[in-house]
Amino acid sequence: MHGDFISQLSIFVMAVFVGYYVVWSVTPALHTPLMAVTNAISSVIVVGALIAAGPEGASLAKTLGFVAVLLASVNIFGGFAVTQRMLAMYKKKK
Amino acid sequence: MELQANVTALAYLVAAVLFILALRGLSSPETARAGNAMGMLGMVVAVATTILSPQIESYTWILVAVAIGGAIGLVIASRIAMTAMPQLVAAFHSLVGLAAVLVAGAAYSSPAAFGLLDSAGGIFISSRVEMSLGAMIGAITFSGSIIAFTKLQGLVSGRPLIFVGQHWLNALLGLVALALVCYFCVDQSAWVFWGLVALAFVLGFLLIIPIGGADMPVVVSMLNSYSGWAAAGIGFTLHNNALIVTGALVGSSGAILSYIMCRAMNRSFVSVILGGFGGDSAAAVGSSIEERPVKQGSAEDAAFIMKNAGSVIIVPGYGMAVAQAQHALREMVDDLKKAGVKVSYAIHPVAGRMPGHMNVLLAEANVSYDEVFELEDINSEFSQADVAFVIGANDVTNPAAKTDPASPIFGMPILDVDRAKTVLFVKRGMSAGYAGVQNELFFKDNTMMLFGDAKKMVESIARAMD
Repeated sequence: MHGDFISQLSIFVMAVFVGYYVVWSVTPALHTPLMAVTNAISSVIVVGALIAAGPEGASLAKTLGFVAVLLASVNIFGGFAVTQRMLAMYKKKK
Repeated sequence: MELQANVTALAYLVAAVLFILALRGLSSPETARAGNAMGMLGMVVAVATTILSPQIESYTWILVAVAIGGAIGLVIASRIAMTAMPQLVAAFHSLVGLAAVLVAGAAYSSPAAFGLLDSAGGIFISSRVEMSLGAMIGAITFSGSIIAFTKLQGLVSGRPLIFVGQHWLNALLGLVALALVCYFCVDQSAWVFWGLVALAFVLGFLLIIPIGGADMPVVVSMLNSYSGWAAAGIGFTLHNNALIVTGALVGSSGAILSYIMCRAMNRSFVSVILGGFGGDSAAAVGSSIEERPVKQGSAEDAAFIMKNAGSVIIVPGYGMAVAQAQHALREMVDDLKKAGVKVSYAIHPVAGRMPGHMNVLLAEANVSYDEVFELEDINSEFSQADVAFVIGANDVTNPAAKTDPASPIFGMPILDVDRAKTVLFVKRGMSAGYAGVQNELFFKDNTMMLFGDAKKMVESIARAMD
């Protein structure tokens, strides 16, 4: 399982480059929604929180996982909703 | 089992691709909403994949957490004022940071559940490095964002807080933190891990307190970037490619925005991080020349000038956000358009407290986005404009940035409002801008100062035009 560090690192480095080119193509007018949506998607950290909160029984890890799922959910729902709200305002003249 | 692992990995890959497409959509307002939908879909795919995996045995608490968190998030998102977006984003960053710390803490306390134990019963060395770095960056993001939030919300003064030996203390704490990361590889005791987390909390706090309110666009972008790197660190720990890719995307996005903001202020990233800009030393510069006379006008004068102009360029700044003047401004512009005046808006990259802040406010006030232009697209048009109407902006129009090498803002790209035939400057008083420099523009012959609250002023101008 741990021989794959290099492949993970490769994915990471490639993703940094993808991010670099994609973000430079974002129009400056949408930089605030960009921050809101990157915030929402970085809450995909919830997958780790779910694994921690998943097992039966009680443990420190489960408690930490529960709180982390809660915090990440605020971000996921709040982040996407506020982005949607902002984007709905960008209109062209009728 | 093998098959299931492959399907899971593929589903995470799909989620990662959807996240990339979400950012891609933001290249134009027309595709942005579809992009956001892609992002939501990606999140659903990632969460569903995890929930369906055999590691999740009990769902009750997860559902409770999602219900509470989701409800809080939706209520905040629907109620928040657009002017408060910078502090909301800062608050959201702090949550990602804290979630990263908690997930790393959970992985540390139950390594078996995450498959991180080696044959000797210890945590893999590589996992120790990844989880400790993830926790450290997460903790810095958390406390740093809290400070940024309190400054943006006005709970504490936006003034930089500076003390002697600050940078040495931060450097020392940073080195101790890195030493703890290294030591954690040898000794996986609880005190090392939680000690590192505590130290990182303090470090995040200390890193942001010296940074002044006007540098907040950089800080907010930087914390955005940190939250991404923290997520990526956790992704390495969990061997989850969706998390690694997303973390990398967000990390580079925040870094690029920080770079754009620094470039727009002609400041180096290092000088922003070291902080102290907009403090007392700079304020003394402007005080000696404030006695000179300026030409002051009334709302009626402004209405007359603008109504008889061929073209007007509006330059909004943070003051417009503070006065919540965007709706009143758009109504004034509607009147101008009825009178046959051509109106456009010019946005400086650092206008406001976060990247794109002014664009969102104008969009909120129903200004069509094809009337709003970035600095490089509109700057050449000021020389043909009859009126430049500056509302709540100051330093981004200061010609000293071009002419006075001694000025703290020298070299910063500015909007050339002084080239317009007439400059109307809405301002509360004669105070200097955040950089503490006096604006020469106030004293020029073609400048007319309109003193008063931005919202009330544009309302009076609109009334005077009827």
